[in-house]
Formats: sequence, structure tokens, C-alpha cells
Amino acid sequence: MDKALFEFCLRMGDNTLILGHRVSEWCGHAPVVEEDIALANTALDLIGQTQLWLGLAGEIEGKGRDADALAFRRDAWEMRSVLLVEQPNGDFGQTLMRQYLFDQWQALMLAALEESAEPRIAAIARKARKEVAYHLERSRGTVVGLGDGTEESHARMQAALDRLYPYVGELFSDDAIDSALAERGIAPLPSSLRPDYDAALAETMAEATLSLPENRWSHSGGRDGSRHSEHLGHILAEMQWLQRAYPDATW
Amino acid sequence: MVSAPDTETVWHILAKVPDPEIPAISLVDLGIIRDVAWAGDRLEVTVTPTYSGCPATRFINTAIEEALRAAGIEQIEIRTQLTPPWTTDWISEAGRRKLEAYGIAPPTPGAGPERCPRCGSTRLARVSQFGSTPCKAQWRCEDCLEPFDYFKCI
Repeated sequence: MDKALFEFCLRMGDNTLILGHRVSEWCGHAPVVEEDIALANTALDLIGQTQLWLGLAGEIEGKGRDADALAFRRDAWEMRSVLLVEQPNGDFGQTLMRQYLFDQWQALMLAALEESAEPRIAAIARKARKEVAYHLERSRGTVVGLGDGTEESHARMQAALDRLYPYVGELFSDDAIDSALAERGIAPLPSSLRPDYDAALAETMAEATLSLPENRWSHSGGRDGSRHSEHLGHILAEMQWLQRAYPDATW
Repeated sequence: MVSAPDTETVWHILAKVPDPEIPAISLVDLGIIRDVAWAGDRLEVTVTPTYSGCPATRFINTAIEEALRAAGIEQIEIRTQLTPPWTTDWISEAGRRKLEAYGIAPPTPGAGPERCPRCGSTRLARVSQFGSTPCKAQWRCEDCLEPFDYFKCI
């Protein structure tokens, strides 16, 4: 089995799986119906992308596990999602700040993956990139609108940025898997995406009248599964209970 | 044994299968049927998804199978092809006209719909970037004041 490729697909798929699940928690609770629909649609796209990434991971592994088996039958330490996507929804502003910080990274990552030497990865990237461009337009617009909004919305967005920024660095940390894939032309080194990300963030936050924290220290341990936050177990308990209680249940 | 219909006949059959979420247009109008080919006794239909998470994808595959079985084709393989990714440019001219007649503004490159599908006004406002299905957004006409769906351009 191509271990590095398998791990990479898990990392991509687990990010979209956990964020998709998190965002879906808003269904029926958003401040207005249009936002409810927007959140549900974003979650749906992310879960759709999960099916592609985890489907490919299962194919690479070659042990008969499909996307559902990988999503519903792995425990916290086997998950490869970054800590950022596990963070609780908080208020609406915090949810959209998390979304923006993720969308901006995902847009850059997918753009680079469109040129991947592995055609199955390039195909998923080309498909997902169109959806993510749409997510980014909305999350960026909302961050700007609420940041440069009322005194109350501004304060909440600044608090959300301060709370979530220490999870951003993990998206750009390189390890042996990344180096191996970069050498083969399959995926970019995460750190190589940072300059464009920083430039985009600086522009967005200036427009939103928000200040980016100066401290760039980052939490880590999600994308290698070594130290997930306590939130992941709760997400998995809710997401997986049915498949765990009734294995292979179907409609 | 009945002789197998040729691929042109298969295209005609599929041109009558409605999209499950927008029944005004067919799967062929929508541009998601990429190829139809015989491999011996087996008919291979290649389909591309509109959005990766579109819940209609499974219903679409079932609808294709049902229509083809009704035409006497027994061995059917539905293949999913991701690349090149589906684009709203592949919606046929007929499909665009049917969408508008149904009350859904067809996709337009640029910022949004060309005109209100009801009264034709160009004074329009966006209500939400998203809508009742992954492929649509919510708009409103500032003249007739009716809200309407816009087929997102991707």
C-alpha cells in the first residue's frame, strides 16, 4: 500500500468530514433562514468531498474499506483532521471565522492539487475547487461584513479570530509524509502555501477592520492523530453511534 | 431476444428522464450524461455529478437504470466521471429555456441572473448565495417583488 498517499487522502477527507459535521450542527438553528440554508449547503458540499477523498483512501488501502467504513469506524486517534475543524461552533461569527480560515487554506491547497501528478487527486481537486470558491466568497464576505459591522459584531469577530488563530499554523506544518508527496509531485509542501495565505488573510482582516494576532505559535497534533482536542471524541460519539450500534445498517 | 437499441436510441431514452429535483429539464439537458457506449452485452453510461454532495446523485442513477430497463436493456453499468468537472456551460439551450419557463433563472457568467424569470425585469437583488438545492441561489425581483431561484453558474 502507498502509505503516504493513503494518509494524505485521510487528512483531506477527515478535514472535510469533521468540518462538514460541525457545520451541519447549525441546521435549524441559524439566525435567519437564508444563513441556515447556506450553512447546510456548505456542510453538504464538504460531506460530498469527504466521500471522494475517503473513497480514494479506501481504494489506495485496498482492504475493502469504503468511505462509510472509514468515516464511521475509526476512533479519534485514527482521525487525521486538523484541530481547527474540531473547534466548537461558538456563536455564528465564530463559525464563519473558522470557515473562512479553513476555506482560504482549502482554496490554495486545491489549486495546487489540480496539478498533482496523481490523476485521481487532481480530479477531486478540480471538482472541489469550484465549490470551495463559492464557500470562500461567502465566508470572506461574512467576516468582512461582521468585522466592519456594529460594535458588538466587531468585538465578537475579533474574539473569534483571537481564539481560532492559534490553530491556523497546523495547516502549514510539514512532516515526512508531506516531504515524500512533494518529492513525487503529488501534493505541495503545506508550508509553501503559507505566504499566499498570509497575504490573503492580511487583506481580508484589514477590510474587516480586525487585527491579526502577532503571535504565530500554533497548536498541533490533529493531522498526525497524536493529540486531538477533547472535542473530537464528542463529535465522533454523535456521528458514529448508529453505525457502531447497528453495524452495516441500511435504509 | 430483442435486438439492443443503438446508442442514439439510448440518448433519446435518457433525454426523457427528468432531473429528480428540477423535473422541468432532463438529465441530458442538464449535461451530466457524459457518454453512452456498448461493451458487448453491457451498456455503459458515464455520469458526472453536479456537486460532490448532491443528494440527488443516487436517485439519478436509479432513474437512469429504471428507464433503460423499461426499454429492455438488462446489463447496465453506471460509471461516475469526475473530470473534467461538470460546468453549467453544459446545460443545453433547450434546457436553459425550460429552466426559465419553469421559473428558474438560467446560469449567466458574471455576477448573477440576466433577468427575472417571471416579469423579465433586470432590477434584481440577491437574497442568498445558496438555495433549496446545492445548484441554486435565492434572488428577488425588485419590480414584481417575487423571489426566484437562480441556477448558480459554476
